[in-house]
Formats: sequence, structure tokens, C-alpha cells
Amino acid sequence: MYDITYFHEATSVQDAVKALTEHPEAKVIAGGTDVLVQIREGRFGPTELVSIHELRDELWGVVLDEDETICIGPITWFHAVNQDPICQERIPVLCEACDTPGGPQLRVSGTIGGNVANGITSADTASTLFAYGARLVLEGPHGRRTVPIEEWYAGPGKTVREHDEILVSIQIPRDHYEGFYGDYIKYGKRNALEIATMGCCCLVKLTDDHETIEDVRFAYGVAGPTPCRSHAAEEAARGKTVAEAAELVGDAALEDLHPRDSWRASKDFRMQLIKEMTKRALVNAANKGGSSASWK
Amino acid sequence: MKEFKEVGRPLTRVDAFDKVTGRAKYCYDLLPTDHLVAKMVLATVGNGRVVSIDTSEAEKVPGVVGVFTCFDPDLPTQPFGTAGHPWSCDPAHQDIQDRNILTQRVRQYGDVVAAVVAEDTVAADRAVRAVKVEYEEYPLELTRLEAIDHAEDFPPLHEARPNNIIAHVDNRTEVKGGYDSVEQILEDPQWHRTHIEVKTPRQSQAHIELCLSFAYAEGDRIVVVSSTQLPHICRRIVAQALGRPWGDVRVIKPYIGGGFGNKQDILYEPLNAWLCEKVGGRCVLLELTREEVFAYTRSRQPKECHIDAAWDDDMNLKARSLEGWSNQGSYAAHGHALMANTANSFRQEYSAKELAHHGIATTFYSNETCAGAMRAYGVPEGNWAAEVLMSDIAYDMGWDGAEFRLNNFMELGYRDPFWPGPLCCYSRGIDECVAKGKELIGWDEKRAAYKNQTGPIRHGVGVALFSYKTSVAGLSLETSNVRMNLAQDGSIMLQMGATEIGQGADTVFSQMAAETVGVPTEMVHIVSQQDTDVTPYDSGAYASRQTYVAGTACRKVAEELREKILDYAHFLYPTHQTPFDMRDGVIYDIAGNEVTTIADVSIQSYYHPTNAKQIEAQDGVNVQENTFAMGACFVDLTVDIPLAKVTVNDVVEVHDSGVIINPKTAEQQVHGGIAQSIGMALSEELLTNPKDGSIRNNNLLDYKIPTMMDLPDLRADFVETYDPTGPYGNKALGETPCIPAAPAVRDAILNATGVKFYEAPMTPQRLFEGFKKEGLV
Repeated sequence: MYDITYFHEATSVQDAVKALTEHPEAKVIAGGTDVLVQIREGRFGPTELVSIHELRDELWGVVLDEDETICIGPITWFHAVNQDPICQERIPVLCEACDTPGGPQLRVSGTIGGNVANGITSADTASTLFAYGARLVLEGPHGRRTVPIEEWYAGPGKTVREHDEILVSIQIPRDHYEGFYGDYIKYGKRNALEIATMGCCCLVKLTDDHETIEDVRFAYGVAGPTPCRSHAAEEAARGKTVAEAAELVGDAALEDLHPRDSWRASKDFRMQLIKEMTKRALVNAANKGGSSASWK
Repeated sequence: MKEFKEVGRPLTRVDAFDKVTGRAKYCYDLLPTDHLVAKMVLATVGNGRVVSIDTSEAEKVPGVVGVFTCFDPDLPTQPFGTAGHPWSCDPAHQDIQDRNILTQRVRQYGDVVAAVVAEDTVAADRAVRAVKVEYEEYPLELTRLEAIDHAEDFPPLHEARPNNIIAHVDNRTEVKGGYDSVEQILEDPQWHRTHIEVKTPRQSQAHIELCLSFAYAEGDRIVVVSSTQLPHICRRIVAQALGRPWGDVRVIKPYIGGGFGNKQDILYEPLNAWLCEKVGGRCVLLELTREEVFAYTRSRQPKECHIDAAWDDDMNLKARSLEGWSNQGSYAAHGHALMANTANSFRQEYSAKELAHHGIATTFYSNETCAGAMRAYGVPEGNWAAEVLMSDIAYDMGWDGAEFRLNNFMELGYRDPFWPGPLCCYSRGIDECVAKGKELIGWDEKRAAYKNQTGPIRHGVGVALFSYKTSVAGLSLETSNVRMNLAQDGSIMLQMGATEIGQGADTVFSQMAAETVGVPTEMVHIVSQQDTDVTPYDSGAYASRQTYVAGTACRKVAEELREKILDYAHFLYPTHQTPFDMRDGVIYDIAGNEVTTIADVSIQSYYHPTNAKQIEAQDGVNVQENTFAMGACFVDLTVDIPLAKVTVNDVVEVHDSGVIINPKTAEQQVHGGIAQSIGMALSEELLTNPKDGSIRNNNLLDYKIPTMMDLPDLRADFVETYDPTGPYGNKALGETPCIPAAPAVRDAILNATGVKFYEAPMTPQRLFEGFKKEGLV
């Protein structure tokens, strides 16, 4: 039984903001796949909830702006992002990432907005959104503001979202995705119902020879307290052929990334994963863009 | 081999429809609406003593009925044992009685020091958080080194055993071949020799239905409805814990959602019954959370074995010695029985060529969470030890691992020298199992194809064999009672003391009864629920004993019922010449003429004007014989070395379980077991936090059970021998499927990479460390 002392089903974003203002301890709930688990664990004690679950008109679905910015409603299920034609055509690697959390049941209740709003480094879509340079739009009592994902995370499990703000849109501008091929590797100890031990997303733009790297981005989950990029790996790869870069990016990434030791995996092992996954994600992404390089 | 009609039918489970439609009644479905709920206050230190408990805040929480602590003056003081073993009237053979309902002496993190009874779980949870407990903390003794070698540095965990040794057994077989001792063989320079040290994990049974019970008073008695594997033993232990006459307790066991040995212990039923007494007999529900089930019920004992072995150039083992330790944790529970099974199974399986064998086995107390029975009861650990050794030797010698194993496998007629009663290899289909398995996996082709691989991705194929005794006959009491009676239409009500715990027992007992009485299985109605007030006595579901022991009782009672039916038929139709026979419910005379049907006999027996009496039979057996089931597992897998990841591509497990009563349910049993064994091989282990003795991963996310995505299509097959001691030629199958896949995976990883792993599970972290040590990453 869940110890819930207040529950408000918001009728609009502004209604949710108002309820949050009036209930300074309340949590926002959408899909509930994080919040309900934590309530059940007794982590918050008696809990107040403001639900945005029913705000489908305002917060659900994917649309393309006139400038071809992809706008993803935060309460869109993982599975719905995975199946969305706009995402499939333009940012297929996000679709791949959205197919990895939990199992099928979770992916039709868990939301992409919750996955970034919880501030967790292991969130499966976070590294991909990081690689795409997503912009997160918040709405509060004083209107809207846009936060680049690089500035979103304030520490493990923490974001810059204020208590009475609601995440209302996840946006990926056209020049952030156009021409990029991508790959997301989730490393888990099993193939489903798993939180990533390490996550790596690579986006790569190749020159016309399909082998030379024009631009590249590497983003990671669980390589640090928050999702992050490796600029060193990107520097090492830029201008090189995929095959050349594949030999360099793994070690380069380790210059930037400092995973921690825990009982779930040692630091050494996580470093090995970073090294290997960086290489494979690059080659896999480049293969989708026509490169014939191999990581084997 | 005898021809069977009902035995051997691939029938759908008799409970399938009710279970998939949600109609089947489990504990929670029987819960009265006006119940109270109980929650436990669990110790937050791993070793110590409760100094005081302040319940004042907790008692103020709205909805709280009572808060009861380990200082309660009504708390029964006599300790009790919890193992689901048959009682012994000989005190020397009784389980260790070392536990109390609530405890002041904290022996593990999560020991129960108090409990709350409330109107609902929210109130109960709030009250539990408001209970303030003050502890005096002692240093933790978690490891073998701390618990055994330095026991004197710690306050005794149990006064009766200050050295923490629950049991220490040293068995030496007779020495053959002109040697004086096993050591002399092991040191003989003409033989090859090795020393290895292996470890197996604290695996969790991870059954889906949680551990729960509810208790209420009825007259002067207590009724406990429990998700237990053994209702009759539950009655005895609840009564012992409460200090009441055993007849004061009535236990009802409905359908249960899995137990795998965890519910072969009596867990919190005594606490539940006591709390019921404390609130004046109102119905109290005690349902554990998933986290509590993982951390504070039972689990497979973590074990460590050191092995020495000698062998010759012709694939013959000359001698082996094993020294093993089992970390039982805070309370004795099943005591040394599990470690004994480990050492015994290690000795028995490859006994054919050995000149001598030496086994030393120790079970000790520690501050680890209390371990207990889990499917196959110590044998997966012994099998891991035996098979890892065989795997290493075959690899180092360049031998075909299947051939090497077969050459040393237990022979027909083998008798275990240390088993108190008869334990004999009465039937042996291992050669056929191996031949079938090799063919199905493509053993020879794959071994050839996987030679001399390089690169980051490599393939491997592996094998492991096993042997497993059926039941505990010869060591412990094996008794079972059964009742059958006829309904008016000639259908048969079958009431087994043996329990359905998801394994399909009800289905195979129905088939057995039908086989022997001479009716179609569809005419047998099994009463699934056990109620100690009315159900005949049986010790319950464990030890792969039920089809063998309760099956023997079922056959005996079915024979008696059949005789009574035929006698009554002769009374009705005296002109026909006996002996009568019955097939498919039709009764024939000696000449083969149709006399009547069971339906006719039955209705007349109910309503005959001068000779009406319901036809029924009840009887019991004491089974004294014991035999070995056996089999082989073959695994094909891929190892991604840089990512330390194993993908199992194919598994074939071939069992000799004697005659298969129901091929469909048998296959399902094997599938589940393979998955559990692959879990033990690659991912399943409960981890103890060395700081406080708590369990780190007591949830279904961090405790890694393989999912459907982690397993290939599992392939089960059978070689049907006819065992002369089984009631229908059958032998153990309940537990055996979860034994050999783990070492077969290990053997395949060795085949793929040349790296030897000794500790299960071979998690990505351990694989990484192993590959790094060997310079592969």
C-alpha cells in the first residue's frame, strides 16, 4: 500500500504549477515508474503528488516545428517515441535508446520526460539527448525558460528544475541531428529489466567518402555522476578516418571520464567498458552512414 | 518395461485452467476482509543485543493496534528449529533449535526484534518507522576466517556452540589399489594431480509469490493459512514455537506461487500465530515485502570447496579429496544437511574408478543472513566442484570432456558407503543421455569448429553431467499417506498429503491414481488444498521425493481402492468368475467378459438397500530404498571478451529420471531448472555488505534472474530407464534440472577462451577480471 496523503490530477500545465506552488513538498508524477517505486520503498515517507498524467493535449506526442526542430512532449511513453515516424526518420538512435529501459510494460508507462527530469545518470535516453544537444523547456509560475541539456544536471539525481516548474518540451534543433548517424549501446548485466552499467551514444557525420569523420559527439551515462560528453574523444576522432579514429577514441574518452568504483562494477571494469563501447559506438554509427570499418 | 496407459500421457496440468484464469485460490485470495496486518521491526545492526525499545511514538500512530517487542513477558522462551525436516523422536536426530519468535540477541541484520499490528499497511509501516531501538553492537563475524578461526574473539552467537561449528564431518572411503591413504595416492608421482578452490553463491529461490501467512483463532485453537511447502511440518513447528499442543494448531495450505525450498522452512508463521494470540485471536496477515523475502528468509548457502585430485593418462580418476565449508549464517535452519549433500554428491558422481576418496565438510554460524534449502539442496554446489575439476582436467589433457566424464561416472549397482540406509544406482541411463545430448548440440562438429579461435568474439561448447539421489530415504524418515474415495458417478476423489507447489504434483498424482485404479485420469479429482485437520500426513514438497515416495503411497492406496471396487463388483455380480479386472473404468471377469462399470459399482455402493457404504481407501508407506537420477547438459555460447559478456546460444539437457509420468510437465520442469542454473552460472547472487551484514541487492532489479531475453530456447529431453524402486519406474526430477547447466556454461567459457573460472556466478565483473589476468583485455 502506498503512503500518499495528497493527490492532484492536474487539468493543465498551469494548474499543475499552481498545485506545486501550494504544496511545496509535492512530487510531480507522470508515468509513475520512478516515483511510485520510491514511495513504495518509503523513501519520502507520507507523500503528496501532483499528476501530469492526463495532460496529453499539452505534453504528449512528437511534432516538427516550422524550422524542423523536433519537439517531444515529456509525457510521451518510451514506446511511443520508439514508434514515432518523425523520430524514426530523423533521430533513429533516440528510438533505439527508448527501446532499452525496463521491459515492454515499463515502456508503455514510463515517459521520456521523466527519464531526464529524474536527473539520473543511468537514464537510457539521457546520453542520447545529451549527444543531440537537446533543449529542455520548463514552465513555471513566471512563464517559460529553455535550458540546454549541458546545463540541466545539477548533480546526481538533481536538475535545475525548480520545485514549481514542469518540463513541457524536449527539443532537438535541426542542425543538431541533420546528417548525423548514431548508435546507442546500453551495457547491462542482462538484456532486459536492467539499469545501465554504462551507456554510450555516438553521433557521427561523415564526409562524402563515408569514411572520414567530419563531426562527432560522444555522450555517456554512468561514466560520471551525471550524463556527460567526452570532448577529448571527439577531438581525437575529428578529421580522421573511422578506422583510424576507432583505435584512438577509447583511450581519449578515458581522459575525460572518471567512473566510480561501486559494488555494481569496479572503476577498472567501467573504464574498460568506456574504452570498448566508445570504439564500437563510433564504428556502428559510421557503418550506418556507409563506412566499412570494423571494430573487431 | 511395463506398459502404462495413464502414466506417460502428456496431459495438460489439472490446475492449468484455474491458474491462468486467476480462479485458483492462493493465500491472499482466502484472506478475510476484516483482517489486521503485521509488519516486522528488523534489526539494523548485524551483531549485537537490543538494549531497549521505545514504542511510545509508534503506538500513537492512528490505526495501530499493538506494538510487541522482544521484551514482551508473554513471548514464548523455548527456542525452536525451522527446517522442514520430518520430526525425529530421537533427540540426537532432531534439528537444532536455536531461534525465538522475537529476539533480544541480534545475530544478523534483519533479525526480528519487534512487530507492529495495525489496521492497514500504511499505519503499520509508519509505526515501524516510529519504533526506536537501541542496540549494543558487537563486531561482525561474517567470513569463515572470522567465524571459525577467530571465533574466540567474538561474543558467542549461540551459547550452545561457542566455536560456531554447526557440524564437522570427515569421511574417508576404504583405500584400494595397495595404498595406505588417499594422501598417498594424491602424492604418487606417477599420477597427474591438481589443486583447485571453487566457490558458489548465495543464490535466492526468488519465487514469485512472496512469503505470507495469516492466522486467526477458532475456538481454543489457532488456524494458520500459509504459503508453505509443508503444512504438516508447519503445524508442528508453530505449535513448538508457541509452546502449545500440536493439535492446537491447524494449518491450511492453498495453491502457492513457488517455493524452491525457501518455503521448506517455517519462516514467520510462528510470529504470525503469536501476534494473533496477542490481539485476542483476530485475523492477522503477515506478508513480507520482496526486499524482506530476499534478505530475511532463506537462500542457498554460500560454499567454498578446496579439491585435490589425481588421475592417470587413460582418463581414470585415481583419488579426490574435498574440503568444504558452508556459511550457514545466523541460525542453523537445515544445519549440516545441505553441506553433507554437497560433499556426498561430489563423491558419488565420479566414483567409478577412484581408489580412495576423502571428504571433509563443515557448516558454521556467522552473522550472514540465515541460509536454507534451495532447489537441489546443496547438490548444485557439489556438482560445481565436481564438474569444474573435470572441466580443468579434460582441458589440460586435451580430452573430450564428455568421454572423460562418462569413463568415471557412477556405475550401475554403486552403493554409497556413508548413507545409513540403502542408496544405490538401481538404473543408469547416463550413456544414452550423453549420446543424445551430443547429437542434439552438435558436440563433435562444434568442438572441431571452435578450435584455435582468436579475436574479441569467441564461441564455446561445454558439457556437465550430474547424479542426484531421489528423496532422503535411508537417511531421514520417508513416509507418505494418501486417501481416495469414490463419488457416486465412479470418479475418484484423491487426497494427497504431498503438496502442489507449482511443480505439477497434482497432475502426476492424478495420473498415477488413474493408472493403478484402472480409470482415465479425467475421472480423478485431486483435492489440491491441504488442511492438517483432514489431510493425511506427508512431510511435503522437497528432496524430489514426492513422485517417488508419495507416488508409492498413491499406488498402494490405488491398489487397495481397486481391490475394494472389484470386490464390490463381485458382490453385485456374483455369477461372474473372479479375479476381475478393470480397464478404463470397465470391469471384466476372468474370461474377459464385461461385467459392469465403476460408475455402476459406485452408485450401488452408495445406495444399496442392505450393503451401502462409501468405497474408500487410506493408507501410508515407509519408503526405505533410494536410487539415483542422472543426466547431462550441453551448452553452446558466445563470449564477447572486451565487454565480458556471455550469450548462451543453445542449451540441451537430457535427463534419466526413469519413467516420465507426464512428458509435458516434465519438460516444463527442466526448462525452469535450466534457467535457474544459468542464473547461478552468470548472474544470480545475493551480496552481503561487509559493513553491517545487510544484503545489498535484495530486489528484482539488482538480483539478476535471467529474463526471456537472456535465454535461448531451452531444450529438454529424456532417456527413460525403468527404475525398479520407483512406483512407476520413476526417479527424481523436481530439482535435478537446476544442477548441471552452471558448470556446463563454465566448461563452454573455458572452451571458448581458455580461461578457467572457479567462482560462480561468472558475472561480467568476474569475467573481466579473469580476462584481464590472462591478458585477453
